[in-house]
Amino acid sequence: MKGKSFFVDLTLCTACRGCQVACKQWKKLPAEKTRNVGSHQNPQDLSSKTIRLVRFNEVRDDKGKLNWFFFPEQCRHCIEPPCKHIANMYNSDAVIQDKETGAVMMTDRAILPEGRLESWQLCPYNVPRKDEETGLWSKCDMCNDRVKVGMLPACVTSCPTGTMNFGNRDEMLELAHRRLAEVQKTKPHAYLADPESVRVIYLCEASPENYHDSLIASTETTRKMVAKAVHSTKKTRREFITGRFGQTDNRA
Amino acid sequence: MTNHWNDIENSDCILIMGSNAAENHPISFKWVVKAQKKGATVIHVDPRFTRTSARSDMYMALRSGTDIAVLGGMIKYIIENKSYFYDYMRDYTNASFLVAEEYGFDDGLFTGYHPETTSYDKSKWAFKMDKDGVPLRDMTMEDPRCVLQLVKKHYERYTLDKVSSISGLSVKDLTSLYKTYAATGKRDKAGTIMYAMGWTQHSTGVQNIRAMAMIQLMLGNIGIAGGGVNALRGEGNVQGSTDYALLYHILPGYLKTPLAGQDTLEIYNNTYTPKSLDTKSANWWQNYPKYSASLIKAMYSEDTPEEAYNFLPRLDSHRADKYSWIPMIDRMHRGKFTGSLIWGMNPACSSPDSIKTRNALAELDWMVNVNLFQCETSDFWKGPGMDPKKIKTETFYLPCASAIEKEGSISNSGRWMQWRYAGPEPLDGVMTDGHYFHELWMELVRLYQEEGGAYPDPITRLSFNNMCEKDDKGNFHFSAQQTAKLANGWFTKDVTINGKEFKKGQQVPSFAFLQADGSTLSGNWLYCNSVTDEDGNKSERRDRTQTPEQERIGLFPNWTWCWPVNRRIIYNRASVDMKGNPWNPEKSVIRWDGKKWQGDVPDGGWAPGTYHPFIMRKHGFAQLFGPGLADGPLPEHYEPLECPVESHPFSSQLSNPTAVHIATELKAMCDPRFPFVGTTYRITEHWQSGSMTRWQSWLVEAEPQMFAEISPELAKLRGIENGERVMLESVRGSMWAIAMVTERIQTFIIDGARIHMVGMPWHYGWITPVDGGDSANMITPNVGDPNTGIPEYKAFMLNIRKLREGEK
Repeated sequence: MKGKSFFVDLTLCTACRGCQVACKQWKKLPAEKTRNVGSHQNPQDLSSKTIRLVRFNEVRDDKGKLNWFFFPEQCRHCIEPPCKHIANMYNSDAVIQDKETGAVMMTDRAILPEGRLESWQLCPYNVPRKDEETGLWSKCDMCNDRVKVGMLPACVTSCPTGTMNFGNRDEMLELAHRRLAEVQKTKPHAYLADPESVRVIYLCEASPENYHDSLIASTETTRKMVAKAVHSTKKTRREFITGRFGQTDNRA
Repeated sequence: MTNHWNDIENSDCILIMGSNAAENHPISFKWVVKAQKKGATVIHVDPRFTRTSARSDMYMALRSGTDIAVLGGMIKYIIENKSYFYDYMRDYTNASFLVAEEYGFDDGLFTGYHPETTSYDKSKWAFKMDKDGVPLRDMTMEDPRCVLQLVKKHYERYTLDKVSSISGLSVKDLTSLYKTYAATGKRDKAGTIMYAMGWTQHSTGVQNIRAMAMIQLMLGNIGIAGGGVNALRGEGNVQGSTDYALLYHILPGYLKTPLAGQDTLEIYNNTYTPKSLDTKSANWWQNYPKYSASLIKAMYSEDTPEEAYNFLPRLDSHRADKYSWIPMIDRMHRGKFTGSLIWGMNPACSSPDSIKTRNALAELDWMVNVNLFQCETSDFWKGPGMDPKKIKTETFYLPCASAIEKEGSISNSGRWMQWRYAGPEPLDGVMTDGHYFHELWMELVRLYQEEGGAYPDPITRLSFNNMCEKDDKGNFHFSAQQTAKLANGWFTKDVTINGKEFKKGQQVPSFAFLQADGSTLSGNWLYCNSVTDEDGNKSERRDRTQTPEQERIGLFPNWTWCWPVNRRIIYNRASVDMKGNPWNPEKSVIRWDGKKWQGDVPDGGWAPGTYHPFIMRKHGFAQLFGPGLADGPLPEHYEPLECPVESHPFSSQLSNPTAVHIATELKAMCDPRFPFVGTTYRITEHWQSGSMTRWQSWLVEAEPQMFAEISPELAKLRGIENGERVMLESVRGSMWAIAMVTERIQTFIIDGARIHMVGMPWHYGWITPVDGGDSANMITPNVGDPNTGIPEYKAFMLNIRKLREGEK
């Protein structure tokens, strides 16, 4: 498959926040006013000002060993991005996809009807965020402007440990599978997160909820999304009712 | 570092102790990760579970200040299990040396202690010599007076039970640590230590490192690829700063500051030039007079070294309790200084006991702070608790260019002198430090010439222009390139050395050509060879060429230049046997091919077997028994001066009897008002006192406020919730912090008691951000190491509690 991909090796990340800061610097995004709420993670969530966030999670496993999992979160640049299909129904070209790189980018037309959608309804990973003042939705754009002139995304350039990798998709997939095999020698439960459907492939050593509740596109979220999404006006009554009440099984 | 950053990749076992490398040296972790990918084991021993621990293969928590107990236990393990590299230990260390009968150790004190001066008479720790003054050796290393047997006897007390009881590590974890690390004693295995402030910032700081140096020597890990004793330096150019003697007790190139009474250069040289009658000891410091003369000539080119020696300032003694930071601030606090140039630092936040330090500044008649931005020091008179009406100090704030706005070298931890170029222009009117020094000097010369003074010569005769370039109007301007030339040095007249002719003005090719008679000058003998006529400024090199042998260990000998003479791994003579064959041919550092050495620059170019390998030591052998330090020839466990226990199992000497401290200041020892152990540290997102990073919005966003990390058990004890604002108190003062309740801080079981720790960063200060908090040094003590004076920031006693009604 054409285009670019990230391979993010979470077994190497030291949560240095270099990527979080580099992203803000390149995109000229302002800092948010934060306070220490008892966690090193700051800000607490993605926002229109924080499109890349390093998440911290302390977990004691069932063997009693203490772990500290780090998850540098960003848009996954899905191969088939739901945000594009859904948002463009309200405003054409609210979300575009670069044919060469595969970057999924929200444009200045990404303003959706007020109150109609929440992030998880646009995205199974709950990533895009709306600017409360302007109504504009935004997220990571793969630093497509850098990539098109042969540079790496800002986050990848800043990473000291080799956690962040970027390149042609086939090379990144090959790297991901090779590294997975290596890691599985000592950590047999390691896996790649949704590698076939996204361009940001995370290598994880613990089950998804140890990192973040939206590390992978769970079927629960997908189901909710499908139920709440805008459907065509030509509806059967069943479709209308299941759409309203969120049931997708066969009971009327 | 004895080795260098890239070399970490060559290690089989990386012990990170006294360091939080992933957080505070994030780029270093690139090399740790590379080693891990090749199968290396990474062990992290630290009072806290940090981002380093998250990436390490093994993590264990030790109570802050018990490193010597743990390392002493490792020494015992290595000896008992014979994990040492026998040949290396016998042939390259002083393990076989016989120690004179006078030396002894009893109940926590070495022979020769004088309580009235709180110091040792080190002559009691001498070796037995033959009639030529060469140390006697027992090559079987079984004589009870030989160093190995004395070391064995010394650490017999460091049993697993005692070490576990005092440090908090379980016997299981200790055994696992010892077994894993001691396995690097094999000739084809390399173990390395990455350490930083977690070891140095203690009243036993230097001995912490000595203990590890002994372990590395016993295991044969010095001089080899992937081994070494590797200090992770802090400030970008702190290595450069110590090389160029920012500290009171040394001159550039680690020469000694002269003492009062050493009235001539000859007396001075005789005092500090070691003499050895062992024909097999290279005793490289015998060249001391060449380096001191060349340095003096660099500073005072119009005078002979003998004359200009008189211009050097004198100390009354080298004792850390007289001239280092803690006694200096104490003097300032007592009004003994008129003025102070506080250059490129923020002591109002970085000095222990911030309140005392800030008050000390108020005792000055004048103060100049040179810094990138205003900080708690430049603006001290505006700080909390200060009344400007009552402060007489005239303050000056001089903004200066940052490192990226000017050209010059930065010497990294690996001794690499890497050249940097100016990036953006500084703001209008903001000049470089070099420029300010130049203007200051010119003005002082003018004032001396017009007004006279007590002793003008040291200033008026200083050859400052040696560091300058002349413009076409004939004016001198400070120049980094010219200073680099001066550091290397040049010939002051035409000379012939060993048949080779040199002209006046030629750069000296290496320190082997420096002279004691004033015919050479050199600002720093270590840097002689860095800027030559043939190759120019070698620190500018960015050439990746290397031989396949060099590539195997990532030597990159043509990338920049390092001291000494571009030797990348020092003491590399110990990486080969007496015939010049590498212990581990797969990762050879140097190799004798029959005619000459291949690989790295060898530690002395002579053929194998000519000299003993540790050429910087008088006798030529590395020191297991080290008779030169202030607190003893062997590391011994002592508690921090503020400690949570009344006794420890190794002796009845509770704390370091030679530690630096202010006798009149109260310290908390088992004081029920301050029942918890406090420790300070750094995080990735801020830098030192925060005077640069707290003005940076994205960094403040990530870490906005002063915090204190505590265990869930301590939180429950004090009724504190995660994220709650709490009060920290010590003998020195009090301050608020946001409590972070985390399982990464555990309870330490010490001698049966449950000891709690409170950990905090020292990055914050009142100037910015609003509601960010103040420096952790509000509560740290004026206690320090007796060799260096470095304060004991890592272990002291405090209390933590909820805020009271009305407290902010």
